[in-house]
Amino acid sequence: MTDSVTIKLTIPSLSDYVGVARLTASGIANRMKFTHEDIEDIKIAVSEACTNAVQYAYGDSLGEIEMAFGIYDDKLEIVISDSGKGFDIESDVTTQEDDPEKIGLGLGIVFMRSLMDQVDYNTSETGTTVTLVKKVSS
Amino acid sequence: MVLDLNVSIRENSNIPVIDLEGEIDVYTYPKLSDALQYVFETYPTAKDLIVNLDKIRYIDSTGLGVIANSANQIKKMNEGYINIINATPQIKKIFDVSGLISANFKIFDSEEDAITSLGN
Repeated sequence: MTDSVTIKLTIPSLSDYVGVARLTASGIANRMKFTHEDIEDIKIAVSEACTNAVQYAYGDSLGEIEMAFGIYDDKLEIVISDSGKGFDIESDVTTQEDDPEKIGLGLGIVFMRSLMDQVDYNTSETGTTVTLVKKVSS
Repeated sequence: MVLDLNVSIRENSNIPVIDLEGEIDVYTYPKLSDALQYVFETYPTAKDLIVNLDKIRYIDSTGLGVIANSANQIKKMNEGYINIINATPQIKKIFDVSGLISANFKIFDSEEDAITSLGN
């Protein structure tokens, strides 16, 4: 494979479909040369990004979460975006709150940063985009 | 592959045990939360609670958040502990990365190890 291949997936911002995103990521990573541990890391990172979008992007409204899986020889690049209200990643990040959802948000970001090689987060009033990169171990 | 979460509750040596099967994520974590609250109400003086992850193949921040809150709750109620058993290496890694393992939160390799340790 020389050129990158992109696979796109759109799910509704409902918790029911986060598992679908996770399975899709797993299936794509399986086609690449990732180890079992790497695949599990990717599944968690994708799930966390989607969970944040489900819980925070659209409030009580229904929206969409778009994913683009860029397949390269040496890496998998996953761009996950919503068109919701965005949120302040730094002020919302905590693992000390009593609120389980707040803990979930804080841990989700910790997991993404710990398990992936690169994580970029862009959020504004018109939406949030998370870019996750996992390099194929040589 | 089980994308849902199945929960059952039993006792071993008078210690409540929650057996879990499937995946714990933003969709399924309310079932775990409900089970933990049920155990707290049914065993209001319990100092230990075992959560069996033998058949759990996936857990993320939502599941860990629920467990961490329950650990805080049993600590406040009875100076008690949440005891995790049979976690896969990947799930142990997630617990480790989370930094949530604390004084009221223990991990054992097996139910036998947990019962032996908690009985002493």
